[in-house]
Amino acid sequence: MNLVTNNKWIGQRTIRPDGVDKVTGRAAFAADTNMPGMIWGKVLRSPHPHARIKSIDTKKAEALPGVKAVVTSRDIVDFPIEKGAVMLGIQDMRWMCRNVMARDKVLFPGHPVAAVAATTEAIAAEACKLIEVDYEVLPFAIEIDDALKPDAPILHEFNKFEGKPSNICGKLEHKKGDIAEGFKKAEVVIERTFTTRPVHQGYIEPHACLISVAADGKATIWSSSQGQFMVRAMTAYLTGIPQSDIRAIPAEIGGGFGGKTIVYLEPLATLLAKKSGRPVKMVMTREEVMRATGPTSGSKMTVKIGATRDGKIVAAHGIFYLQAGAFPGSPIRGAAGCSFAPYDIPHALSEGFDVCSNRSKVAAYRAPGAPIGAFAVECVMDELASALKIDPLEFRLKNAAKEGTKAVHGPVFPRIGYIETLQAAKNHPHYKAPLGKFQGRGVASGFWFNAGGESSAQVNITEDGNVVVTTGHPDIGGSRAGIANICAELLGIDYRRVSVIIGDTQTVGFSNLTGGSRVLFASAMVVTQSAEKVIQTLRERAAKIWNIDPEAVKWENGAAHPVSPNAGQFEPLTLQELAEKAPSQGGPIGAGVQLNTQGAEGGFGTHICDVEVDVDLGIVRVIRYTTIQDVGRAIHPGYVEGQLQGGAVQGIGWALNEEYIYTKDGKVDNPGFLDYRMPVCSDMPMIDCELVEVPNPKHPQGVKGVGEVPLVPVMAAVANAVHNALRIRFYDLPLSPPRVSAALDAQVQRAAE
Amino acid sequence: MAKVHVTTTVNGEPMEFLCEPHETMLDALRNSLGLTGSKEGCASGDCGACSITVDGRLICSCLMLAVEAEGHQIGTIEGMSHGETLHPLQQKFLEHAALQCGICTSGMLVASEALLKKNPDPTEEEIRFWLAGNLCRCTGYDKIVRAVQDAAAEMRETAR
Repeated sequence: MNLVTNNKWIGQRTIRPDGVDKVTGRAAFAADTNMPGMIWGKVLRSPHPHARIKSIDTKKAEALPGVKAVVTSRDIVDFPIEKGAVMLGIQDMRWMCRNVMARDKVLFPGHPVAAVAATTEAIAAEACKLIEVDYEVLPFAIEIDDALKPDAPILHEFNKFEGKPSNICGKLEHKKGDIAEGFKKAEVVIERTFTTRPVHQGYIEPHACLISVAADGKATIWSSSQGQFMVRAMTAYLTGIPQSDIRAIPAEIGGGFGGKTIVYLEPLATLLAKKSGRPVKMVMTREEVMRATGPTSGSKMTVKIGATRDGKIVAAHGIFYLQAGAFPGSPIRGAAGCSFAPYDIPHALSEGFDVCSNRSKVAAYRAPGAPIGAFAVECVMDELASALKIDPLEFRLKNAAKEGTKAVHGPVFPRIGYIETLQAAKNHPHYKAPLGKFQGRGVASGFWFNAGGESSAQVNITEDGNVVVTTGHPDIGGSRAGIANICAELLGIDYRRVSVIIGDTQTVGFSNLTGGSRVLFASAMVVTQSAEKVIQTLRERAAKIWNIDPEAVKWENGAAHPVSPNAGQFEPLTLQELAEKAPSQGGPIGAGVQLNTQGAEGGFGTHICDVEVDVDLGIVRVIRYTTIQDVGRAIHPGYVEGQLQGGAVQGIGWALNEEYIYTKDGKVDNPGFLDYRMPVCSDMPMIDCELVEVPNPKHPQGVKGVGEVPLVPVMAAVANAVHNALRIRFYDLPLSPPRVSAALDAQVQRAAE
Repeated sequence: MAKVHVTTTVNGEPMEFLCEPHETMLDALRNSLGLTGSKEGCASGDCGACSITVDGRLICSCLMLAVEAEGHQIGTIEGMSHGETLHPLQQKFLEHAALQCGICTSGMLVASEALLKKNPDPTEEEIRFWLAGNLCRCTGYDKIVRAVQDAAAEMRETAR
């Protein structure tokens, strides 16, 4: 495929199409829409981490004046467990139907058991209190170790592992060579066990929806999600309404990071709206978001890597236990699959175990699983480099995956830019900058698969010769800006003449989730092919007007030109002129393309982190941070950098502070932003970015996904920096002040002995 | 309980509304006055997405009762631009790509404007500490800080 070179708009920091709406408060997020006659929905949630529901009595709630509808699991379509998996993407509807509303058991505090719609929020909340649920309280297990004990309470009695009832609900294995043989050749071996805590995606916009169901049964959904088609399909599955009767309109989305790739409220609000005959609005509180949505998995991992004295890795073994929460589905594929991907390892075994426990069902979080596994692998890499007395970047360079390397997770890499990120890190002024007292520097690398998949686009020329592009992906971080740049480039017009719209499910073709770092990769493909069809039409129209062959017409700078003087002497016909002539020359001009896109290539990044430790208080502060990533091609560098910077800061939060605190009775004790401490502006330094551009040869503009890689290396980079500052290795996250203080005290104690 | 009648000024316009005595200013803005630019991220004063000014002072509208607006001057994101002319902060947020999802942006802008009114030439550290009450999960804050610095410089230039 020919790459577009000499660009006018690709690579420019244009103003995003939805920008003005978002700086003036006009943009409509999910909670910003109201309807006449609208009522409010509320969810009654389980107070217990684990209990059997013996009965639910909703009569008193239904009798409360103002209450218009009540739903329980009886109203939700059941997907019986024994009938086997019903997959929608990576989600099994058997778990989804039980996650949106508990059936026989509640599995975490916050698990929905009923929902009410009433004329006011206050009445709906009051009605929830009148619902009588008779629970048989059961013992619970939250941490992985507790869930794996021989006498652990079993969440799903039907599930067996190695023949016995177990909370291990799945296993995945990647194998290359023979690790027993490999480790025999190792001269230095490091084996360590790590834990990470579950962390929430932390989007600032709580889940919200407004749903109207007409008398003929047709439903309209306004909600913010990472995929209006996912919302439509899941709501259809769980309510029994055909997909053709559900119009899911994507509101602007206030952050998702993977956490909005499944539904929570939409099926409940649809059923409430259907029962009540009134539009129903539901908005989660922050507390509900923290108790009942997301997070990503906590983990327990053991990683062993062996190398020869000259620094060649000969074998690696990783065992990754990830918490799935209430239902199977932790991201073991990301942990076991991505962690060793940066390296050329002859013998490797990577095993992932999916462990259920009594906390909310995990949802995707930015490169799901990969940052967890990378924390373990990249910390062992640091320790190994140190044992071998090799610079950590040099050690990675000696073992770096490159074109032709067979990855532990299977594929043979095409041309990739990992080595370039390592070289850029080595050459970066940051890597050579001096460090002060109690300061340290760490590096780490990371990989994410990236993704292609289904996308649709429509490119229409307006009657006045401008352009409207419709795609089917919610824009979570500036993808409309990238699409505008690409479309303007191809059509040779100013980007401000391109309007980019996110279509609803009934107006644009099926488009898979905004996730996997797939949106610009996939939508650029369908937009490019649509624009090429439009250009073909424009050339044909000009050819007809000039009465020459379409092959003798070229499209340049927003106008049709004869390819050469031989083709004829004609004044160029601009897009506006051709649009104005359209009615008499064959009708409207536009084209749509629907594809299952292929050719997404994985992405690599390398980060450099400097920390300073307050040894009296145990506070770790990141004082300098540099992200380096192979981004394929930066279509809009501002929003590419934004992905790198935002990912780095999420990782710093994960490394240093973020964790759920549990009460003894199994409830989250910090379900708010005050106590669940995400990074704030004053915690952070500027985040430097270096964009390495190794274009993806399988994409018309060279695009690779960029959104997820930036979270992968961060926790290891921070932990390695803290080691460099204190000479203390930390194997458990977060590196919060109590943990760092305790380690410093122990260090003093050891020195004294 | 009977609703309370409140007479106030929002973005320079006289306004009146009815509210429950316990209703927050944020709910009154969003539900009674149709000003949905202020967002609710937490309802506990931790995220700053609902930032407004009351008589020029920056507050979280989720922590203010709507009845307290009586007789005061309320400023929201909807009052920041003048017609089609964006405030320099709004323009710089766009130029610097200082927003990704945009849910925190209203609050960030209102807070930044309040900072620059008090301190037209803030240091990076002053900006970072002033905006510490406004959570952004997308950007990592880098571009937001730069946009505020750039807008401040431009506003100082214009004021000369």
